[in-house]
Amino acid sequence: MKAFLLSLRSEFYKTRKTLAFWCAILLPLLICLLMTIGFLTNAEKMASWPGELLWLRYVGSVLNIMGVLLLPIFVIFTAYSVNNIEHKADTWKMLFSLPLPKFAVYAAKYVYALLLILISLALFVIFTLGFANLLSALKPELRFNEYHMEYALLQVYFKLFLSSLGILSIQFLFSLLWKDFLKPMGIGFVGTISGVIMASAGWKYAYLFPYSHPMLALTNMMPRTKTPAQSRQLVINILTDDVYVSLAIAVVVFFAGYFILQKRSIK
Amino acid sequence: MVISTEGLTFNFGNQKVVNSLSLQVPQGSIYGFLGPNGAGKTTTIKLLLNLLKTDEGSISVFGKDLKRNRIEILSKIGSLIEQPAIYLHLTGRENLVNRVGLLQLPASRVDEMLELVQLQHAANKKAGQYSLGMKQRLGIALALLSDPQLLILDEPTNGLDPNGIIEIRELLINLTRHHGKTVFISSHLLSEIERMATHVGIINNGTMLFQGSIAELEALNQALLLIEVDNTVDAANLLKRHQYEVAQVTETLVGLPYLSKQQSGEINTLLINSGYTVYSIGKQQQDLETLFLSITKKV
Repeated sequence: MKAFLLSLRSEFYKTRKTLAFWCAILLPLLICLLMTIGFLTNAEKMASWPGELLWLRYVGSVLNIMGVLLLPIFVIFTAYSVNNIEHKADTWKMLFSLPLPKFAVYAAKYVYALLLILISLALFVIFTLGFANLLSALKPELRFNEYHMEYALLQVYFKLFLSSLGILSIQFLFSLLWKDFLKPMGIGFVGTISGVIMASAGWKYAYLFPYSHPMLALTNMMPRTKTPAQSRQLVINILTDDVYVSLAIAVVVFFAGYFILQKRSIK
Repeated sequence: MVISTEGLTFNFGNQKVVNSLSLQVPQGSIYGFLGPNGAGKTTTIKLLLNLLKTDEGSISVFGKDLKRNRIEILSKIGSLIEQPAIYLHLTGRENLVNRVGLLQLPASRVDEMLELVQLQHAANKKAGQYSLGMKQRLGIALALLSDPQLLILDEPTNGLDPNGIIEIRELLINLTRHHGKTVFISSHLLSEIERMATHVGIINNGTMLFQGSIAELEALNQALLLIEVDNTVDAANLLKRHQYEVAQVTETLVGLPYLSKQQSGEINTLLINSGYTVYSIGKQQQDLETLFLSITKKV
């Protein structure tokens, strides 16, 4: 356990000045900031809206950008960059000849990638809430203060987090095994696009395909119904089939990765 | 013995890269592990560090089985394999600080090591901007950071200038003579390590060709009787007809294994009596490099 924590700290130390780490912070900041500017410039149109609709529009537009394409790609990038730091410096052999259990080193790296995603999604929640409140302070005609959805927002992003873990494990393994950039990225992109197509086409087995999980999570929460009254409803059910599949894949691939690592020669 | 392997074998696919190798590295020695490029040196070193899984045979380090005592053994080893493993986006100091944190060593070790390898002035420069020699020195600092009992260095003088090579040599001699450390160092050049090594292992195509102390290696080194003569080919044939073993014939020289002064005189008389003009005749010791080449070429 101590070796794991020391390794985790070292992961932070190594990446704290890299894009991999700052991306997790800048991505939510940038998206929420741009969305806020958009709302500021269009404030007149939305002045008459009730607070609930305003919140759903605001949260929904961030989620639409983030959830569908950006989240899988961010996960792919994070999985790649935490491993690439060792590939690039040719430090795998050094890392695994230190007097630390191999599993601790491996698990720390995985958990670090997982934490980066968690931090990024948590910042989405914080920035969304922060900027929405800032909006209502700057433009009092935007009635964000009439409605509260802090808890719902937390749940939404927590579900997104869970549904991205399957992709994380798979991409983490690819990035661990392959030094080059194109293989894991290429597979990730193809996977993400197929995932989006499967989920949006409503294929009934899409929930088995990890790359469609973030999209599924969102479409399930925001069902497209004909009547406008219903379309405003957020249906939040965290533990759905796709989340179970995502978690199962994450756990299985995580341990399979360690097994492969043990069998493989370290270059 | 600090390192002792028995029947160590490793295959890449069907190719035997290391073939039933028996290493014996005594305590306090500088063991030069020699062989041409691709002989299996790096693979052997990776086996010693448990980076590769041993196919057959056993490895014991500090008298303990490597597989069962991996962490305990690795905690007493410092290593440098091929190019030094350095994070290029971190400074030299940060590379050391990172390792100190991972291994829970006292923070003062960072400055001690920087001073030892003379990188203080470049400590806050990104390692990516270091020259090859500086990177190599940082790699050596990282290997020495935990004050290990055993240093395993794979071609550590790669990219170092002659001054750098001398410094590293002196450092390693000092570590073994005065601090009781053991150094296992690989190289493809005998000349590079013959001045510091106490023991030598010569490997080619994964097989050990010679293992022993430097003195034992020198004993193998047979002297030659070199004769400068007007017609070397005919002279060589004449000597062969008189049951002498001829080792080499060039345009100007005939070489025979040196046996005794007496015999040298007899050969000289024979040649002169047969009408050859002998310009010079003398005993010459082969250098170790030639010996090394002849050992590795035998297979």
